[in-house]
Amino acid sequence: MTKYKATIGLEVHVQLKTRTKMFCGCSTSFGAPPNTQVCPVCLGYPGSLPVMNGEAIRLTVMAGLMLGCRVNPFSKFDRKNYFYPDMPKNYQISQYDKPLCLGGGVDVEMGEQTRRIGLTRIHLEEDVAKNLHMATWSGIDFNRAGVPLMEIVSEPELSTPDEAMAYLQTLRQILVYAGVSECNMEEGNLRCDVNVSVRPEEQSALGTKIEIKNLNTFKGVHGALVYEIARQIAAVQAGEPIRQETRRWDSEMEETFPMRTKEEAHDYRYFPEPDLMPVSLPARWVRQWESELPELPATRRDRFITQYGIPEYDAKVLSADRAIGEYFEAAVRVSRHAKAISNWVMTDVLRVLAERAVSIEKFPIAAAELAELVELAETRQINSNTARTVFEVMLGGGGKASDIVRERGLTQVSDAGAIEVIVRQAIESNPKSVEDYRNGKEAAMKFLIGQVMRASKGKANPQMASELLGRMLGPPSS
Amino acid sequence: MTQGKKQCGQGVDVKYVANLARMDLSGDEADAFQRQLARVVEYFRELQELDLTGVEPMAHAAVIENVFRADVPRESLPRDEVLRNAPQANADLFVVPKIVE
Repeated sequence: MTKYKATIGLEVHVQLKTRTKMFCGCSTSFGAPPNTQVCPVCLGYPGSLPVMNGEAIRLTVMAGLMLGCRVNPFSKFDRKNYFYPDMPKNYQISQYDKPLCLGGGVDVEMGEQTRRIGLTRIHLEEDVAKNLHMATWSGIDFNRAGVPLMEIVSEPELSTPDEAMAYLQTLRQILVYAGVSECNMEEGNLRCDVNVSVRPEEQSALGTKIEIKNLNTFKGVHGALVYEIARQIAAVQAGEPIRQETRRWDSEMEETFPMRTKEEAHDYRYFPEPDLMPVSLPARWVRQWESELPELPATRRDRFITQYGIPEYDAKVLSADRAIGEYFEAAVRVSRHAKAISNWVMTDVLRVLAERAVSIEKFPIAAAELAELVELAETRQINSNTARTVFEVMLGGGGKASDIVRERGLTQVSDAGAIEVIVRQAIESNPKSVEDYRNGKEAAMKFLIGQVMRASKGKANPQMASELLGRMLGPPSS
Repeated sequence: MTQGKKQCGQGVDVKYVANLARMDLSGDEADAFQRQLARVVEYFRELQELDLTGVEPMAHAAVIENVFRADVPRESLPRDEVLRNAPQANADLFVVPKIVE
């Protein structure tokens, strides 16, 4: 049986993290009541003139630098002409032949293998309005019209739906790291058009390309690709020609359907936007922005492994979010117990963040304060249960770990004489457990250690307590 | 651009262009525009006779670059003002004929 290969290219639209729109000073904040963040420019009124948001240019170039693109020293905007109700001036301001960034790529890790997926270009354009569909009419909300959108076009170098997912996840992580976009899927910050074709494995010429438009979840991209690749292979096998067309993904039916766009609608008649001056980026600006770039997530992960000697798993978790990675590093600068800090961050800090649904910036314990707590625990000044208690107190705004330990008298008791007194008391008041232990019941030992810890109000060094108990009870009879 | 060249070479298809621009032309109008556009294209043929090797296309007639605005929000229009010119509004939205994708 003939085997088939798919060829996939992605166009990813990313909403930039600017406060105002691309060509006017209307706010970009999400969730405002319909048509309250609009003005004559974003409504497309005749006579209104666009003025470029410099921050959108900077963010696009930052994204390009992060992705290894060449920054075009000369760039300009063009009009893309078409008619649609979400764009009343009948053209979208976009970039045609002089985009801001060219080339570059994304290193996508698939299991053990890393593949670099090439980028064609990154250009900047304005978003269009949002359509809401009612039973008998459609309604338009212009709040989103004019919001800066960066379009990242990949080369057709992806070959499976899983690879496309990995590409999107890596790209998203890099963009969030670079601080150019929130990439919030629920708010539609990241949307995707997919191009896909299939061909028999031994054939070198690409098959006919189908475009699937407006996918706003990664799951949708995956589902649409799985469906579309199977559909195209079945068509080719049945000898049916594949017509070049644009399709849409129906996430409920889990199928793609042809969109009712006419072919000639793709003749966009681009021409230079006469209302905007070109952009010429001096090398010194680009050098300055380059110096402000954070390291890539994968680079940081590898550095964490070598610099702090933490396991790969830890490094991956800690570098997944830029701010978490910075928190970890700030803590390690105060206490050198990197693995212990990693454990605290991965389990306790991330758990609390998830429970409270807040970001690390809102976390009540500063990195240096967590480091102090870890230092106390790692130098055995408090035991691990006490450390947990102190952590809870700190979460509630209780202050510094050392102060809490001192005020509450929580310092671990490592004085053998003091512990021995408590151990002897535990043995004397629990003769039944002592007998059980001597008769070979291991659980009785745990119970006795628990009694010692309770009597010491959790302060006894548990390791010393268990050693002393073992010595005083003697070996269990077998 | 390639589209332009193709249309220059083959002459302008007035009906096609009118359709793209959502213009309804009568037969006489189409004929008149066809003749006029052919003359316009002819002017560009003359330009093409010039040797332009090494000449960068102009992006704009004015030689100004980098006109930027600071990313500072300003007031938008009040909503009744926004919807005042809408042929029809409902639920604070501009009403348009039902869009079928």
